[in-house]
Amino acid sequence: MPRYRMNLMICTGTGCVSNGAFRIKEALEGELKKQNLQDEIQVVTTGCNGFCANGPIVVVQPDGIFYQMLTEEVIPYLVEEHFLKGRPVQKLMYTPPEKEAPVPKMKDIGFFGKQRLIALANRGIIDPEKIDEYIARDGYRALAKALTQMTPEDIIEEIKRSGLRGRGGAGFPTGRKWEICKDQPGDEKYVICNADEGDPGAFMDRSIVESDPHAVLEGMLIGARAIGARQGFVYIRNEYPLALNRLLIAIEQAKEYGLLGDDILGSGFSFTLTVARGAGAFVCGEETSLINSLMGLTPQPRVKPPYPAQSGYNGKPTNINNVETWANVPRIINYGADWFSGIGTETSKGTKVFSLVGKVNNTGLVEVPMGITLREIIYDIGGGIPDGKKFKAVQTGGPSGGCIPESLIDIQVDYESLNQAGCIMGSGGMIVMDETTCMVEVARYFLAFTQEESCGKCVPCRIGTKRMLERLNNICEGRGKEGDIEFLEEMSYSIKDSALCQLGQTAPNPVLTTIRYFKDEYIAHIEEKKCPSGVCKALIRYEIIPENCVGCHACFKVCPSEAITGEAKEVHLIHQDKCIKCGMCRSTCRFDAIAVV
Amino acid sequence: MKLKPEDLDRISQRMKATTILREGAGRVKITVHMGTCGIASGARDILSSFLKHIEETDAKDIIITTSGCAGLCSHEPMATVELKDEPPVKYIDLSVDKVARIFDEHVMGGQIVKEFALAIGSERIS
Repeated sequence: MPRYRMNLMICTGTGCVSNGAFRIKEALEGELKKQNLQDEIQVVTTGCNGFCANGPIVVVQPDGIFYQMLTEEVIPYLVEEHFLKGRPVQKLMYTPPEKEAPVPKMKDIGFFGKQRLIALANRGIIDPEKIDEYIARDGYRALAKALTQMTPEDIIEEIKRSGLRGRGGAGFPTGRKWEICKDQPGDEKYVICNADEGDPGAFMDRSIVESDPHAVLEGMLIGARAIGARQGFVYIRNEYPLALNRLLIAIEQAKEYGLLGDDILGSGFSFTLTVARGAGAFVCGEETSLINSLMGLTPQPRVKPPYPAQSGYNGKPTNINNVETWANVPRIINYGADWFSGIGTETSKGTKVFSLVGKVNNTGLVEVPMGITLREIIYDIGGGIPDGKKFKAVQTGGPSGGCIPESLIDIQVDYESLNQAGCIMGSGGMIVMDETTCMVEVARYFLAFTQEESCGKCVPCRIGTKRMLERLNNICEGRGKEGDIEFLEEMSYSIKDSALCQLGQTAPNPVLTTIRYFKDEYIAHIEEKKCPSGVCKALIRYEIIPENCVGCHACFKVCPSEAITGEAKEVHLIHQDKCIKCGMCRSTCRFDAIAVV
Repeated sequence: MKLKPEDLDRISQRMKATTILREGAGRVKITVHMGTCGIASGARDILSSFLKHIEETDAKDIIITTSGCAGLCSHEPMATVELKDEPPVKYIDLSVDKVARIFDEHVMGGQIVKEFALAIGSERIS
């Protein structure tokens, strides 16, 4: 093995791959060869670096220099200047908004500075397709410790003391869940990893599997040992080809090292793991549906109890945890419950991974200690709102969660605080919205999603969400009536009380929180037939402001429906009968001469 | 090959050079100055020579990196050797033979080779 003096850590998470990361990798390798550096400098593919907004990304180690938005054209220059001559290339570094000097080192960039990595401890540091690199970073040590120095009771006690709670959204204490399953009679038990992440805008679990699949396997092995399971499943959606592929590679490598199979690490403990691919039904994220799907049945939920811990796969006790929960387990066993419970708040320990998306400068994947405020996430890590717009709300928990307004932006991120705000922690989707977002439309969008994903088994979810969606469509399309808000609230509470599973029980959350915090927007839609944010097409008109229009003719040229007339250097006119309200004219106009009214 | 618990240590040991490089935290960090002046006066050979010594001794806790001109062009080639928790030492007018001594005595032995050293301290990389 040649001794490398430099490693180029290229992010090959899904985001960077779609921005051409593999082409950059090829270009780098070709150019290194040309300069005869291939035995000194190694190109390493890693999982998601997190700073997805600025991909493709390469981090140069050992110095930690961060390069972003790379293109194939700049690679020859980069290789010659930095990797041959030792002069880091400033123009490829990150420059914070409104600053002039670039920040060379990754650790000094605000986006990374406030993060605390536990579940993502290996992101960007190891090649997820090489088990040796995982082992070199204390990988499978926790398993060895759990198998040789701990009893199943010890393991459960350690997880309980750590305060780890389910990262899939509900926040049930993980150690307690394991204990219930362990205490069931019988010796046929199962563990399942729920990797059926389906919230719009969420990609935490995918990124964990892509950047550190062995952490998930190791967590499952430890859990299986604790509860006495000999078989496990990873239920992962087939739309995640890269994550799936890395998971399959990881399983093969673990088998080769005897970390899966019989007599693991010579301890007598045996465990096999099977990957099951989901077809992308949102309801399969619900545990009883997922188990039904695994067993080849229709993926519909069932009444609980009995809980899966009592009767799950094949009617046997089954413990099901989400990807992020499993990935936390090896670190807790390695570093101890006290270390883990020292991070976070009184009731919410450790960290949480969020996919930070929407109207925020630094979109990407972030892991933060529990107890951090929303403001810190959105402004210090996320870099604030783009284009000088005003922050309006942040949505957490996806279709099951709610919207938090600006007045609550200083609340702490933990399970209880978010619940009090009518929201949920959820699995970690975080969508930032600015003043151009219509909150009624947001509620309509999420409800349309859950309505479509409803499995149809119980009436409240199947019909209740449909009736709610009709009213919301009416409101957005200018047919809102007095009493609609009260109807929506009443339906929401009865669906929450009566739906069979969490999909239905939480589906009204986006509606309820937007009514709670943005009732004025609903009233404007219903009573004044106006959309204050200028989003709902039926309620808005584009009009030329004559004083500002210079007759440059630019809007005329881009209008796809020939709705704009006017001679050059004269004030133009938008014909409302032809206008399809696409907004092209407004985004083209350089004189602020087009208004939404 | 089926692993035993102690094999995990063996693999980590084998991978240590990589881990240290990625974490940017070795026992020793050697910086070879590769400005135009440095390259013109043979910095490339100095870099290769350090790499060769590291490979020969199979030391896994040394990271080697490059930087630009250190501002003392007349004394190139130059290199900075920094032991953990000690101030960096700048060596000037290097040759392959001098590198051999610096590597043995300072990098491996912890004793500064005073006769080749310019000063203790380093410019800030920003």
